[in-house]
Amino acid sequence: MSAYFVSDTNVLLGRSLRHITRSMDTIITTTLMPIAFLLLFVYVFGGAINTGSESYVSYLLPGILVITIASGISYTALRLFQDMQGGIFARFQSMPIARSAMLWSHVLTSLVANMVAVIVVVLVAFAIGFRSGAGVLAWLAVAGILLLLTLALTWIAVIPGLTAKSIDGASAFAYPLIFLPFISSAFVPTDTMPGPLAWFAENQPVTSIVNTLRNLLEQQPVGADIWIALAWCVGILVVAYAVAMAAYRKKTA
Amino acid sequence: MATSTTQAAIAVAGLEKSYKDVHVLRGVDFEVERGSIFALLGSNGAGKTTIVNILSTLLKHDGGAAAVNGFDVASAAGDVRESISLTGQFAAVDEILTGRENLVLVARLRHLPNPGEIADGLLERFSLTEAGGRRTSTYSGGMRRRLDIAMSLIGNPPVIFLDEPTTGLDPEARLEVWGAVKDLAGAGTTVMLTTQTLDEAEHLADRIAILHEGRIIVNGTLAELKALLPPAKVEYVEKQPTLEDVYFAIVGGGAGGAGKGAATNREELS
Repeated sequence: MSAYFVSDTNVLLGRSLRHITRSMDTIITTTLMPIAFLLLFVYVFGGAINTGSESYVSYLLPGILVITIASGISYTALRLFQDMQGGIFARFQSMPIARSAMLWSHVLTSLVANMVAVIVVVLVAFAIGFRSGAGVLAWLAVAGILLLLTLALTWIAVIPGLTAKSIDGASAFAYPLIFLPFISSAFVPTDTMPGPLAWFAENQPVTSIVNTLRNLLEQQPVGADIWIALAWCVGILVVAYAVAMAAYRKKTA
Repeated sequence: MATSTTQAAIAVAGLEKSYKDVHVLRGVDFEVERGSIFALLGSNGAGKTTIVNILSTLLKHDGGAAAVNGFDVASAAGDVRESISLTGQFAAVDEILTGRENLVLVARLRHLPNPGEIADGLLERFSLTEAGGRRTSTYSGGMRRRLDIAMSLIGNPPVIFLDEPTTGLDPEARLEVWGAVKDLAGAGTTVMLTTQTLDEAEHLADRIAILHEGRIIVNGTLAELKALLPPAKVEYVEKQPTLEDVYFAIVGGGAGGAGKGAATNREELS
């Protein structure tokens, strides 16, 4: 049956992408909050924040992209939850299709939707003065890290999508993820924070990811940060995938 | 697929299932003959949906055995899924897609060669051709159910499960669904349906089983079930039209088959 994994995933991916193109508002609302944060921090707070970098937009953008993805993945939980509630999930599960195709189609849809949202936010940043001299390789590295992060966070989103009891529960998990960048190097350098907070900020995943993205875009050496960032992404991915698959199997026991 | 025609389409023996401490199924036994309509009757929460979900490989059972189309639901789940179609309790159609897209989606997932033709054929058969291009979120309850059943027919599975197919439908839509179910069985498909109303079982089923407190307490033809009732007394009671009779008298559709049946039934019971 797994012979059909690719074609089944492809058919189901077509279905959920159609959901997105028929409700573009889900992508627009995904980008609204990050864009609002971007404008707020650049024009309202930015003037008073001293990051030591030349342009605050460029300093800020990586963190804003992380927020974009964190808010975007909550739609995966929502869509999965609606499939479970509506009975479509049961219908597909009772058909002779590759069983994991159902989850993978939602995950791939999340990758596509979030990349569109990220591109929209980057374009807005360009419009308000973000510039980067980064080469093709550096941009590819940025895209790769963002994709990996989206993949990892999407598998986190699959868990509430499968297990939530209500639609609010299915989307509420994203709030901590959205606010995690605030206690990191995303908006301000961590060294002005009080001791324990600075320690947390220095050692949580967003800081290494944001620092890596920032260094890539500013053509600085990425140092050890890139390995820490990749380790975090892969670690989150592996754990979230395992928990999500366990929740998935439990649904059919 | 090696299937023998002598085997029962569905065979359930000693089936048990618990959710935490609730012992929902306590040894359920029944068989469904090929090409027949079998109705599982029971109150809310009796475990009808649990049985349907186990038979359609959505749930694993704790004890006993169940086979569909000759395949064990636990050890040959893939073959079972090739043999069945499930129409769940809530019309499981994709609301953002059109009716036709829903049918094409299922046909493609069943790996059939000409999904478009199949979709058009079914839209026609279920009088949905005009609505086919509209999103299903605009459909009425009856249209959704018809589309739902049409989706279940794709690939001609030999066994179809209908979990409370008419719950929440108005009388006219219910008659439409009944018609569709009868057509199916006429074409040789085995249909197992669950229902809360004796009336529905009476109209559709060749055999009726009643699920109560986790066991099948009665299983037989309508005549056999009626023989279990206290003998009918002849009484003269003024027969008031039911609300349904009134509805059909005014609307004029469907000729009140349902209403008459219900009334007859009440007379015999009184």
